[in-house]
Amino acid sequence: MTGKGGTGKTTVAAALALALARGGKRTLLVEVEGRQGIAQLFETAPLPYEERKIAVSHGDGEVHALAIDAERALLDYLQMFYKLGSAGRALKRLGAIDFATTIAPGLRDVLLTGKACEAVRRRDKRQRPVYDAVVMDAPPTGRITRFLGVNEEVAGLAKVGPVHNQAQAVMRVLKSPQTAVHLVTLLEEMPVQETVDGIAELRAAGLPAASVVVNMVRAGLPGEDQLLAPHRHTDELTGALARAFSQAGLGTAGGGGHAERLVAPLLEQGREHAERVALERGLRTELRAQGLPVRELGRLSEGVDLPGLYGLATALHDRWHTGEPA
Amino acid sequence: MSTPPATDVLDVDPLLDDPATRIVVCCGSGGVGKTTTAAALGVRAAERGRRTVVLTIDPARRLAQSMGLTELDNVPREVPGIDTSAGGELHAMMLDMKRTFDEVVEAHADPDRARAILENPFYQSLSAGFAGTQEYMAMEKLGQLRAGDEWDLIVVDTPPSRSALDFLDAPKRLGSFLDGKLIRMLMAPARVGGRAGMKVVNLSMAGLSMVTGALDKLLGAGLLRDVQTFVAAMDTMFGGFRARADATYQLLQAPGTAFLVVAAPERDALREAAYFVERLAADRMPLAGLVLNRMHGGAAAGLSAERALAAAETLTAENLEIDGIVDHRPGKSVVRSAPAADAEALEAHEAPQTSVPPEDPASRADSAASVAPETPEVPVASEAAPAPQAAVAAEDGSPASDSPAGSGPHPSDADTAETTATDDAVGLAAGLLRLHAERMRLLARERRTRDRFTTLHPEVALAEVPALPGDVHDLTGLRTIGERLAHQHAEETPASHRPADSR
Ligand SMILES: Nc1ncnc2c1ncn2[C@@H]1O[C@H](COP(=O)(O)OP(=O)(O)OP(=O)(O)O)[C@@H](O)[C@H]1O
Ligand SMILES: Nc1ncnc2c1ncn2[C@@H]1O[C@H](COP(=O)(O)OP(=O)(O)OP(=O)(O)O)[C@@H](O)[C@H]1O
Ligand SMILES: [Mg+2]
Ligand SMILES: [Mg+2]
Repeated sequence: MTGKGGTGKTTVAAALALALARGGKRTLLVEVEGRQGIAQLFETAPLPYEERKIAVSHGDGEVHALAIDAERALLDYLQMFYKLGSAGRALKRLGAIDFATTIAPGLRDVLLTGKACEAVRRRDKRQRPVYDAVVMDAPPTGRITRFLGVNEEVAGLAKVGPVHNQAQAVMRVLKSPQTAVHLVTLLEEMPVQETVDGIAELRAAGLPAASVVVNMVRAGLPGEDQLLAPHRHTDELTGALARAFSQAGLGTAGGGGHAERLVAPLLEQGREHAERVALERGLRTELRAQGLPVRELGRLSEGVDLPGLYGLATALHDRWHTGEPA
Repeated sequence: MSTPPATDVLDVDPLLDDPATRIVVCCGSGGVGKTTTAAALGVRAAERGRRTVVLTIDPARRLAQSMGLTELDNVPREVPGIDTSAGGELHAMMLDMKRTFDEVVEAHADPDRARAILENPFYQSLSAGFAGTQEYMAMEKLGQLRAGDEWDLIVVDTPPSRSALDFLDAPKRLGSFLDGKLIRMLMAPARVGGRAGMKVVNLSMAGLSMVTGALDKLLGAGLLRDVQTFVAAMDTMFGGFRARADATYQLLQAPGTAFLVVAAPERDALREAAYFVERLAADRMPLAGLVLNRMHGGAAAGLSAERALAAAETLTAENLEIDGIVDHRPGKSVVRSAPAADAEALEAHEAPQTSVPPEDPASRADSAASVAPETPEVPVASEAAPAPQAAVAAEDGSPASDSPAGSGPHPSDADTAETTATDDAVGLAAGLLRLHAERMRLLARERRTRDRFTTLHPEVALAEVPALPGDVHDLTGLRTIGERLAHQHAEETPASHRPADSR
């Protein structure tokens, strides 16, 4: 799950992990930016570097979560190839771990994507996948293609050896139909522009851009088309609205009464709203032209709390299977 | 803090005008408006007479477009359309990590060495900018711009990275890396003899070869060699890098720098803003204040949310059940559910609007209503707002149907032809009232969120910027943002009381 900053990547990733866990499934929600956004969302203590169950979904589904820590992932990674023992400690003393996780080219990103792919490929004793889906709260759109493509770069740098092989294996998973990159956006110009650019970049890199999730969609207003229509019959409309307000008990309609005074400000608010709606309509069209399924989630007027998150999961669940292209 | 204001209002004009102010850094969490604020401040400073450059780190091209430039690159480009009559100008640039890195190499190494570095595969991927490089290069670029002394003011936008303050850590990280033993060890084999390096490493020979052996097997011999060659070639430059990064860090702490934390009036954004405020204080970085961006304004603040909703209910009910009322003139309005005088009294009573109760009953009523998704109140939120509790209540997700926004059943759909004109108005009136109610609640929530922050951080100066109805995509929009940012109505004048607020 990627998207411009603040569009709802973390929220939508969490909602999707809940939605995909429905009906007895098990999903893993992965965080890679060390911000503990998942813990905050689920109102739990900060996540350790350890997979743990954080929520149940409808019908016995389970959502597990993991905040990947690059340093710990590197040590894991080294363990995978060697029983490192004292060499591992020596590396740490040398500052190699710091080097690898903060400065070396892309190693950090290799570790993060590598760990997520490991969870995707992991099997239980009966050779069934441990997780039905792994949902990653990924870096923002501006960095996503490089982030996911990092293994290609590394495979090119480390031309032989286990790192090379590992990088290629990760790339195979990321470019396969097993992977889907979803882009979260708002119906605002900049996020939409970033989404469109992001889709093009992902496609150019051979990465599977899969869908667009439009988040925080504003509710429609009955009669908003009237507001958009060029100011026809303004006086007539003003009069009629003043009478309606008055009828609703909001004061007198004529002679500068309260109802009459309400008309201008409320109408102005309505026009702004309508302006916004018109703008959004255009942006929607632009998104639909990308040739990907577009799914919309409403704005929760009270912000996202746990019940709200489950509500978003329901909405996403309902849309997930209907929005798919034929 | 360069110019601590007497009140808690953040006054940007004096800040921008002060010749002592040389760097303004805009930071904050994702999507709050850092780039927009940086650009708006740049425009404003330039039009107030300062030679200004905006350094953006945003990979999106939108900023360039909003300034009428087709593209931004690594050298400052003059922004057309700026009013330069006060003697200022505006340039903008976007950090290109690779170019910046290349320039550093070219400037600090002799040509042969520079070529060796630039052609090194390890260097090529390092400089292309993965996590980390961006922050170093941002510091490097800022240092360059400042050292050139060509600009009165440098406005810096920060990247939408995992932590917007990562760049503060860049010098420290680089330093600990350079002081680290690893780098010397890596350099050792590439040096003649390489003894000096190994002595510092202070490991037994066996330990050392075990480590390089492990690395070699792990990374493939080729990569390690590339890294070693790279490190050796960069050797003489690293010291310079570090000295410059340290100098830039100190520059950020100097009185000529002002940090602005940008935040949206939302719980999460303000939580992160509080973290930034604390982090800046810990690093002794001069915080000028908090920009609370996209605060909503509202007209007719005297009409409360509850009152507006009740009125909308009345209208909806009447409109549905009373067919054939052609005209509702004031004199004839028999169906009035509340006396007009009440409303006037109510207005007078609520007008001062000093504080908002922490938990307004209407919003509670509303969330209660959304448990039952079929309440008639929901049309305002047709497709768009799935009732939160829907997941618990109904698997079929009926409130979140895929009907396009606004096409839900309107009250006016039930109208008969002869009454259309007026009933349309009644439907619209109900809609406007619901919209108003929603807006009033949003306002109340935003203010509560703001007040919580100011209570916790009374020392932080604050400026509010209203949400513009459209998107900000041109100089006009940026100017408007700049104006709103500068014209804070002191003391108790929340955005909502200014009728012109929403353009
Ligand atoms: N559908 C929604 N309705 C209302 N508020 C929402 C919705 N989705 C997200 N939000 C709110 O918007 C803010 C940003 O959401 P979130 O943290 O998920 O975004 P993000 O893209 O992960 O941000 P960042 O770039 O900082 O990681 C949060 O305050 C969140 O509660
Ligand atoms: N006061 C405002 N009124 C209306 N729209 C605004 C306002 N400020 C910013 N915006 C819009 O909000 C969106 C996000 O703004 P911007 O890109 O500046 O945020 P950012 O913090 O730089 O985001 P990122 O973290 O992705 O870099 C843009 O679409 C912008 O046009
Ligand atoms: Mg997030
Ligand atoms: Mg930005």
